[in-house]
Amino acid sequence: MVEKVVAKFEIKYRQILDQHGNLVEKLPEFAQNPANLIELYKHMVLARIFDAKAVALQRTGKLGTYPASLGQEAISTAAASAMHANDILCPYYRDTAGYIWRGVKMEEILLYWGGSELGSNYANPAVKEDLPICVPIASQTLHAAGIALALKIRQQQRAVLTFIGDGGTSRGDFYEALNFAGVRKLPLVFVINNNHWAISVPLEQQTATATLAQKGVAANIHSEVVDGNDVIVTKQAISEAIARAHAGAGPSLIEAITYRMCDHTTADDASRYRNPDELVIEKSKDPILRLGKYLESIKQWDIDRDKEWQAAANSLVNNAVENYLNTAAQPLTSMFDFLYATLPSALKTQYDMVQTR
Amino acid sequence: MTAITLIEAINQALDYELNADPNVIIFGEDVGVDGGVFRATVGLLDKYGTDRVIDTPLSENLIAGLSVGLGTQGIKAIAEFQFMGFLYAGLDQIISHVSRMRNRTRGRLSCPIVMRTPYGGGIHAPEHHSESTEALLAHIPGLRVVIPSSPAMGYGLLLAAIRDPDPVIFLEPTRIYRLVKEEVNNDGTALPLDVCYVLRDGTDVTLVSWGAMLHETLKAADTLAQQGIQAAVIDVATIKPLDMATIISSVQKTGRCVIIHEAARTCGVGAEIAANLAEFALTSLLAPIKRVTGYDTIMPLYQLEDHYMPHENDILQAVHEVMEYA
Ligand SMILES: [Mg+2]
Repeated sequence: MVEKVVAKFEIKYRQILDQHGNLVEKLPEFAQNPANLIELYKHMVLARIFDAKAVALQRTGKLGTYPASLGQEAISTAAASAMHANDILCPYYRDTAGYIWRGVKMEEILLYWGGSELGSNYANPAVKEDLPICVPIASQTLHAAGIALALKIRQQQRAVLTFIGDGGTSRGDFYEALNFAGVRKLPLVFVINNNHWAISVPLEQQTATATLAQKGVAANIHSEVVDGNDVIVTKQAISEAIARAHAGAGPSLIEAITYRMCDHTTADDASRYRNPDELVIEKSKDPILRLGKYLESIKQWDIDRDKEWQAAANSLVNNAVENYLNTAAQPLTSMFDFLYATLPSALKTQYDMVQTR
Repeated sequence: MTAITLIEAINQALDYELNADPNVIIFGEDVGVDGGVFRATVGLLDKYGTDRVIDTPLSENLIAGLSVGLGTQGIKAIAEFQFMGFLYAGLDQIISHVSRMRNRTRGRLSCPIVMRTPYGGGIHAPEHHSESTEALLAHIPGLRVVIPSSPAMGYGLLLAAIRDPDPVIFLEPTRIYRLVKEEVNNDGTALPLDVCYVLRDGTDVTLVSWGAMLHETLKAADTLAQQGIQAAVIDVATIKPLDMATIISSVQKTGRCVIIHEAARTCGVGAEIAANLAEFALTSLLAPIKRVTGYDTIMPLYQLEDHYMPHENDILQAVHEVMEYA
């Protein structure tokens, strides 16, 4: 009998800034300049203020169902800041910090969740190729693979980054995208936002694997785990993945460990299924608090500057809210106007009918 | 000009457009070295290379999802699904993304792709290889669903589908892939989408059909002519969006209509046509609208296949009933 090991794997985990705001590893180059860290910090604060505002708007009947991303701001901030301007983002629906960083207007995000397709017609040319928010779970990973294939066929040195949640890794689309990305060595970075919950289903009922990252190993993709509440290590790992993609070295999978500190959406009540003690423990790992502590410890941030930025961020958000609330509803014919490039004559009767409502 | 089959016409149209437009690519299972299981893509890999004729892993949902990403980049992706029965695995992508990318981004992004698939019965294929579920796709807003009935229609409609800025599902009737030959000018001329084609004028009854069933329908029209009944024959060609104007205009002349399709009867495209005639041409009707269709059963395995599919005799019987009515 011939018996030998024909494949084996290991998955590495990285952390640089621990939950108390202490460095446990050497800082990567970008993080040695405090200005870069302050920029990341300020953006996460802005995203959290935006999120709280959106939830408040929903509670007062001024916004539809909204999926907050409380506690997960570091991952999409890190990813978006690691991307080059002409890279392409294929998000899921909890990457608010990332869209804003890339150049999507906050009022556009509100318009989308406020029931208007205008919210996915991004005005900023910087994001004209980015995909809109994707609701059907994991389906965006295949779109990302298609875009990455287009970039590769056209020999453009650009990368695609796609986000997915822990629940999304159970879907076939995700495996199919990983598999194809591996076969074609696509310039594609998968980032798993592992917040431990898919609505009410905890991670251990989603998978029996030790990590989600190892799902990429089967596709021969560079796969690793990072502390997703550490914006520094998350940005470091994603920057390396983007660099590999640009260099033609193929796809990567980064599993970023975080925690959904909020309900799934404003229509959800996590107290129905989640032990409150768990939230207390997870809140002590908050990504914003720990970076703030670190910046204070190196005398780069203090309570006055924090107050000043809170006020400035609030006014940016309030301004966006005002723009959102002042945006007129689309004409009724808009239902037809973008269905096809030109309206088929078969739809003319219905088009005329909607105008008489 | 030489006479060619439908499958050869498909191949010529693909070749023509790959050559004419560098944004066109082909992908799917076995489309490369093998040239497709029906040989629709034969020779194209050698001519255009592995970046433009791409063999994918065996996953129809992957093929559907990739086409969304390719489409948003302005690539005219022509996806081949090996058989219609396997396209179902990609329906989530087709319904949730392919059909609505333009609409949900208010025109910022679009999906100018073609999804080709062999469909229908009549070739004694294995289970799941003879599906005729075009009505499922025709129900989806934002799609075009196009079905050729001959080599010339296959060539011209496929070119139009590729050049169309929106997603087109292109259903190729396997039964007529090699059934007839016809002279087709390989000059890149497309045929219009969104219109029905009047294949034959007539004054007594309007026969409406598409795809492989048109061959039974045309045979029936010949027989009827010998019996002194002049049947108009309409090839719907694009079943979504549906050109009712042409059908109504014919029925206004004939006063009678028989709709023939291979798909199951209930909620088939024939029901949509009949409903429109009832709504917009009622006063022209001299007799009830009749449908000659497959049964509301699962397509049987091939021993009984022939008894599922409508035949010339079924059409003749239906026509005689409407003629005798008034
Ligand atoms: Mg989750």
